[in-house]
Amino acid sequence: MADAALRPSARRGTVVLACLAAAAIGCAVLYMTIGVRGSWAFVLPFRAPKLAGMVVVAVAVAFSTVVFQTVTQNRILTPTIMGFDSLYVAIQTALVFGFGSRALATLDADWRFVGEASVMVCFSVVLFRWLLSEHGRGIHLLVLTGVVFGVLFRSLASLLQRVLDPNEFSALQDLLFASFNAIDAGLLGVTATAVGVCCAWLLSIHRTLDVLSLGRDAAIGLGVPHRRLVTRLLFVVAVLVSASTALVGPIAFFGLLVANLAYLAVGHRHRPALLASALIAVFTVVGGQVVLEHALKLDGVLGVVIEFVGGIVFIVLLMRGVHR
Amino acid sequence: MIEVRNVTKAYGGAPVVTGVTLDLPAPGLTAIVGPNGAGKSTLLSIMARLSAADSGSVRIGGMDVATARSDLLARRLAILRQENVMTARLTVADLVGFGRFPHNGGRPTPQDRDRIAASIAFLNLEGLEHRFLDELSGGQRQRAFMAMVLCQDTDYLLLDEPLNGLDMRHAVETMRLVRRAVDDLGKSVVVVLHDINVAAAYADRIVAMKAGRVVFDGTSRDFMSAPVLRGIYDMEIAVHEIDDRRVAVLDR
Repeated sequence: MADAALRPSARRGTVVLACLAAAAIGCAVLYMTIGVRGSWAFVLPFRAPKLAGMVVVAVAVAFSTVVFQTVTQNRILTPTIMGFDSLYVAIQTALVFGFGSRALATLDADWRFVGEASVMVCFSVVLFRWLLSEHGRGIHLLVLTGVVFGVLFRSLASLLQRVLDPNEFSALQDLLFASFNAIDAGLLGVTATAVGVCCAWLLSIHRTLDVLSLGRDAAIGLGVPHRRLVTRLLFVVAVLVSASTALVGPIAFFGLLVANLAYLAVGHRHRPALLASALIAVFTVVGGQVVLEHALKLDGVLGVVIEFVGGIVFIVLLMRGVHR
Repeated sequence: MIEVRNVTKAYGGAPVVTGVTLDLPAPGLTAIVGPNGAGKSTLLSIMARLSAADSGSVRIGGMDVATARSDLLARRLAILRQENVMTARLTVADLVGFGRFPHNGGRPTPQDRDRIAASIAFLNLEGLEHRFLDELSGGQRQRAFMAMVLCQDTDYLLLDEPLNGLDMRHAVETMRLVRRAVDDLGKSVVVVLHDINVAAAYADRIVAMKAGRVVFDGTSRDFMSAPVLRGIYDMEIAVHEIDDRRVAVLDR
């Protein structure tokens, strides 16, 4: 009986996912082929890394947001709330301040990313352990602490930037102002691997994530080792946010936008929701880039446009009271 | 068998549960009663491994709840909490289906579907299977959660004020259902209740708590006496015997 009712909605979900996949792939093909003149040998190395970078970022942001929202039982939060992007800025600044831009330039990009990601992961796990060891329901405290830490790291970074040598500062700006238009291609390999492993793991435990969305007490009652699972999930979220921030810099509202669109499209079950949010994210980023770059000739504003739309969605959600 | 040994728990220095030791033989229906803030729900959540005791231990069916594997425990022990808020939008059938998770890991078999349907029928939720939880009344939602817990099919059930928000008919039906689970299926149920008449009518055994301690532990007949009730609630409660049943009447 329950089965009969599940089937049409499952089929609908499959159709929606197929449409989203077609749209995302269509955008990618369009991005690669539109306005191509001359040989592929020239176009491919120019466009392919950028496309790959956008896909990695889109998937990382989508997965991390959906999982973070499940962990915090809240639909208007994103991992950025935990102050990750400002920690990233603070780490970069501290590195330039401590070792100088020349030392950094000689450092292998992959190892730099691994180092930064480790710092972020340590930060999140330590913060989580510390906050959740107090009482049972520390998640709101965690988020509030994240907001405060975000301000702290931003202030620390700007303090260091003020006392930095002007030459060093301009080198730092190069590091910090990654964007959709200036994807750090040297980091593609390591970030794509990290994101791939994390997302595969998340998809493999989608049934447990469904149980987790029932809330802490119900999840424990159904045998989910809540504390251990949440620690691991925060670990993965930290890796995903590190990857996307390293590639294109901080993005706040994008995840919010794609996660909520995904819930609208396919509901809250994690397998369809994770896949749909990732596909919507790819569609938005790549499609937006095609439109802006080729139709409107507006390079470099994609981040702004996405944040603008995402911000509006955030306000709409807030007004509609989707605060839980 | 539920063995509670010297369990103590404090929140920020204020003791909530102090040195509670209980032996609840299986099967049986035990009601935990007592005034607000007596520590009933805290004790139940320690028994359910939702919060950790500062000291002491709880063993359920021989498994120490603090150290046993959560997934194995979930096949022996089900819990229903007072407030069940969730972000995900679920239908009644989805929610009840989650009760099978400890057994099937989220991959429902045909037997699971039969069990889900049976639980839904047990709680008179037929016809509401495909409604979303946020479209239900408080009582219907409560019954849906009850159906999920039953669907988990465990030997031990811990229910935290399951009658909250239920009207008289559904309250009585819920208690009858719990009684049947004990008598027919041999389950052990511990239920936190506020209405002492309901507790006395259905429970085999009553544990009364006050200020974090167990102040009474015995049969419902012994529980229903004016001096005992005065000691627990600090108010005059007359007890009358009607048709062989003791009924508490509150002072006006």
